[in-house]
Amino acid sequence: MLLQSDIIQVKNLVKRYNGKTAVDGISFCIPQGSCFGILGPNGAGKTTTVEIMEDILEPDAGDILYKGSVRKKNFNQEIGIQFQQTELLSFLTVQEILKTFSAFYHTHLPVAEVIDLCMLNDIKNNLNNKISGGQRQRLLLGLALLNDPELVFLDEPSTGLDPQARQNVWQIIREMKQKGKTIVLTTHYMEEAQILCDIIAIMDRGHIIEQGSPVQLIEKHCQGEDCPQNLESVFLKLTGKHLRE
Amino acid sequence: MSFKRMWALFMARNYEFIRDRAGFGWNILFPFLIVAGFGMMFSSDTASVLKLGVYPVSTHPQSGQVSVETLDIPERLIANNYIKIVGFKTYDDAIDKVVHHKIDLLLENGKSPLTYWVNESSPKGRILEKLVKESIVEDAVFEGRLAKNQIQGDKIRYIDWLFPGIIGMNIMFSSLFGVGFVIVRYRRIGVLKRLKATPVTAFEYLTAQMASRVLVMLFSSAVVWFGSDLFFHFRMQGSYFDVFWVFFVGTLCLVSMGLVVASRGTSEELSNGIINFISWPMMFLSEVWFSVEGSSEWVKTVAKIFPLTHFLSAARKIINDGADLTQIAPELTILLGMTCLFLVIGSALFSWTK
Repeated sequence: MLLQSDIIQVKNLVKRYNGKTAVDGISFCIPQGSCFGILGPNGAGKTTTVEIMEDILEPDAGDILYKGSVRKKNFNQEIGIQFQQTELLSFLTVQEILKTFSAFYHTHLPVAEVIDLCMLNDIKNNLNNKISGGQRQRLLLGLALLNDPELVFLDEPSTGLDPQARQNVWQIIREMKQKGKTIVLTTHYMEEAQILCDIIAIMDRGHIIEQGSPVQLIEKHCQGEDCPQNLESVFLKLTGKHLRE
Repeated sequence: MSFKRMWALFMARNYEFIRDRAGFGWNILFPFLIVAGFGMMFSSDTASVLKLGVYPVSTHPQSGQVSVETLDIPERLIANNYIKIVGFKTYDDAIDKVVHHKIDLLLENGKSPLTYWVNESSPKGRILEKLVKESIVEDAVFEGRLAKNQIQGDKIRYIDWLFPGIIGMNIMFSSLFGVGFVIVRYRRIGVLKRLKATPVTAFEYLTAQMASRVLVMLFSSAVVWFGSDLFFHFRMQGSYFDVFWVFFVGTLCLVSMGLVVASRGTSEELSNGIINFISWPMMFLSEVWFSVEGSSEWVKTVAKIFPLTHFLSAARKIINDGADLTQIAPELTILLGMTCLFLVIGSALFSWTK
């Protein structure tokens, strides 16, 4: 895969909540066409960082550049977002929700194509508040892909999915990568990050404590026979084994 | 600004409202039940307003009604349609009711001189006392000292006066809760955050919410109006075209007020409290149930800050008095001005997530 110039540049980002620093001066770049993973224990600052990149939250300091300049008005025409937790307009069917959201964008994929892509055919006429957790995750993913975005933010997209549905989500992400889309992925599943991500940033207490490709991180931090050669070992070694919030 | 986005949101909100059968049904049923209830209570001009207790009397074994033939009190009190006579067997049963304002005055049956008990703190009791005194005065006393004139033309029934108030009250509650409460809930559960992640602007979202709510309220008000009219045959002195504009502008103003309430906050409990804080004084001072004529000047002044006051004033001028749009221009101007003010404040304060 050809990695081009950076689509997102994050510079010295700071965010505080009630005096407590959630994100503490982090900087990184996301190459266009890559799958960029952000990992970290609960409360590390992942979601805050991603929501600032999405233009949902205002940073207290720092800059976000999109394609080399500050984000313009049409930024949200070009991005897709799947939030970790969200509700949708109630009493609308899955198909109606997708149709409603498709009207928000200048250009969008055909709703039927998104329904096929996210395996929503069986439930397209069900009310969106009467579907299972896994079906809901697939609908939220469908909403994120609806405008055929250049940049997609996926916040724990496979949480609550059964193995089949998870494989489906992974396949969709692979296809997006093949089409040259950029993906920002946060997840607690190390296997998922190891399989899908080109670059991984590990965050803890508002800082990026390590960054690199999965192979680089494993090679660097898993030396010796007592360290299993996988990303989970790297993660636990860097962030510790004690419980977080 | 995109009409396509506004239309999509408008339609989505309409689907939500119509498919929420419980909420939709209640919006239609609630005002209809109130109108029906009051219609029955005030269906004739003989509705009793004062309660006169009489003891000792015998009551009908089945109905519990006082046997009129056993009453030995002035005939004028029995014949007065505005006085309801409530019988008691003993003094002890009856006096407790006077103390607790459950009856307005207690009269001893067949006693001479006419003996009664009245609670000095009861305004109705004081009025009934006057009627008791008047009942033993000969008509000749008033001759040459009083001149009675009849009102010309059709009389306005209480139900005709009340009906616009009930419809207006329903619109007020639906606007404040249906917009204010719903948007705060949507903010709390993340619906607004999801919309913020799309190209939808706050203006587009709020306009769609307003348009949907106004449409739904006008539709449900029309259903209630014509449904109630089948039973109560309201007197409509003005034109339906004119009254439509009053309801349209009034609803727009109240929905805009709801947007101000909904502009910030994620606590449904707080928004519930704020809406109650606004709606209850508005309901009592805007003449939904009774006129504030004769109240203190400050009460009348406070009443004027509520949009419902001007809404109901305009509606009643058309419905009860046959006024046209030029005659209610002051009310419409005030309502439009308030609408603009609420929209400016609501837009300035609006937050998708905070």
